[in-house]
Amino acid sequence: MTALTLHAPVLLIALPLLGAFATPLIGKLGKGARNTFVGLIVLAVAGLASLLAVSVFGAGGVPTVYELGGGTFTFPLSGGQVPIRILFEVDGMSAFMGLITALIALTSAFFSFSYWRERSGGDLYFSLFLLLTAGIFGMVMTGDMFNFFVFLEITSIAAASLVGFRVWRKQSQEAGFKVMAMYTLSGLFVLLAIGLLYGQYGHLNIAALANSLQGSLTDMIALGLLLTGLAMKAGAVPMHMWAPDAYGEAPAPMSAILVANSQASLYGLFRILFTLYGVTVSTGTMGWILIVLALLTIFVGVTMALIQSDLKRLVAFGAVSQIGYMLLGVGVGLAVMATKPEYGLVAMQGGIFHMLNDAACVGLLFFASGAVIRAAGTRDLNQMGGLGHQMKWTSIFFAIGAVALAGVPPFNGFASKFLIYEASFKLSPFLAVIAVLSSIMLLAVFVKAFQAAFLGPRSNASAHVSDPSPGMMVPMAALVLVIIVFGLFPGFFVDHIVTPAAKALWLGRDAYINAVLGG
Amino acid sequence: MKNNGMSIIVRTVTRFVYGLIILFGFYVIMHGHLSPGGGFQGGAVVASAFALLLVAFGSTGLKGRLNLHWLQTMEEVGALSFLALAFLGIGTAFFYNLFANSGGFLFGASVPTGSNAGVFAAGGLVPLMNWAVGLKVMTGIAAIVIIMLVGSRKEETE
Repeated sequence: MTALTLHAPVLLIALPLLGAFATPLIGKLGKGARNTFVGLIVLAVAGLASLLAVSVFGAGGVPTVYELGGGTFTFPLSGGQVPIRILFEVDGMSAFMGLITALIALTSAFFSFSYWRERSGGDLYFSLFLLLTAGIFGMVMTGDMFNFFVFLEITSIAAASLVGFRVWRKQSQEAGFKVMAMYTLSGLFVLLAIGLLYGQYGHLNIAALANSLQGSLTDMIALGLLLTGLAMKAGAVPMHMWAPDAYGEAPAPMSAILVANSQASLYGLFRILFTLYGVTVSTGTMGWILIVLALLTIFVGVTMALIQSDLKRLVAFGAVSQIGYMLLGVGVGLAVMATKPEYGLVAMQGGIFHMLNDAACVGLLFFASGAVIRAAGTRDLNQMGGLGHQMKWTSIFFAIGAVALAGVPPFNGFASKFLIYEASFKLSPFLAVIAVLSSIMLLAVFVKAFQAAFLGPRSNASAHVSDPSPGMMVPMAALVLVIIVFGLFPGFFVDHIVTPAAKALWLGRDAYINAVLGG
Repeated sequence: MKNNGMSIIVRTVTRFVYGLIILFGFYVIMHGHLSPGGGFQGGAVVASAFALLLVAFGSTGLKGRLNLHWLQTMEEVGALSFLALAFLGIGTAFFYNLFANSGGFLFGASVPTGSNAGVFAAGGLVPLMNWAVGLKVMTGIAAIVIIMLVGSRKEETE
């Protein structure tokens, strides 16, 4: 068990990667064998992520270091030694992101088994899915800047292929191309920044780089490039134009994992701002930049969602707006990091807790809208109606996901959004006003969508629909369970997993550096 | 004659050189741990020979010699063997070089310190990983070239 925990960071990447390459071979044995194999891989990954989380949170979020090809050095190094091998460094925040990724990977894989049963190309579909999962785990576990870029590119390639997977749809092809172009651009920004940092300091390891960072003009340019590239990949307004297309055109379960991918980019952004740069830059200025990005993202995302008539696109804009709440919470935390008042940590907790809640709610909404679109045979809300008579469970699940995402108590979205409102109000009431107002507008968006799709009289079109098969219902029910449990007992989860994650970013820069370089 | 290869001059020259190109590619893979290049570069060189054959003889002239299905399978085998080699050292750590300095067997020779011409039998897992990467890259790029050729042919006929 301890050996498994020790190797968990690398196994989380190696197992999905192994699965990605073995899936087409095992697919030759038939769909059943392939689904069993993919199911076993995601179950193993979920188990490993939980094991890692238990060990990291059990130790109070102390960073653990894993050395690829290790055996020579023990960490932390003694004075003067420099890490040159590739390291994985897992602290509270990494373990927390691992949990989110595992949750979404598990549910989307099992949802896909039923969702993609009648379609062809399943081998490729699951292969790309596992590749994307491996890339996301790599991004959140790595302790090395160049490795971060490599995993960023792995997710980019897999995500672009998944967005354009339904090649028979012209819109999918266009969305896939757009995503490929935008992700490549963001990847190049990140690569250029890493080059600038490496040229100056000769390190690629995040801890060693953070230790020697001076805050020179070149560092600021690199920070600007990293901020732009990663905010672009996270889908923050005004660089969000790819996101609605991507979430809208990808197969429904893959939209959920794309949201986890965007969150991994946000994680990278936070890791760079808090751990890599930290106090070497003016945290107040950076915090306000994040806050402005956040407000734009929240407001534009919600208002664009209001005018959509395509169900999938509507949920996609809702997902874009939620990225803003995470940026707002963490931005407020960063803005007040220098003085460290109480509410800074509360804001961080809110922003980070909202990542988990958003993954569950948006995942559920994408699953439900996929099931609705499959049953109704159209994505246009104007042509739906009365589906709730036949699809009772799906409509209940959709409603729960929608009110939870809009921040209505007693669901989980309320728990995290309330922390964000409270803390951002302390910084400036204006921020809280925008955040609350946008949440209300989001509720209006989903009321409209729910009314258009599920309510109304039975029509000829809706007479023959039915709830999807149990294979799709169970993953949705699992996410509903997550939403309700997190909504009813937010205190427990905030204390045990969110606070260590928030502290790892907000207070943990020295601990992160010392875990590699020694005190 | 459309899509059925190029002139007799190109085809004759191709017959002479494609074997040499493949041989050079294998050389680059084999000496990856000593000289510039390695699995990826050598694999790309080998794949360029496949591309040359396709251009010179056309896809109809090569019918059956380069099987797409077979290429894709070999690509996956290459990737999986790379991962399997990485997993070999999991007793210590992922990617741990189990065979280095193990003494003779499978690239286990130890390298003398100081300047030397390079010891071919050294490197442990690294040369084996080069072969795995080389297999993946040569078959992968060949598959991509074939798929693109088939795709562009369809557009021409439509």
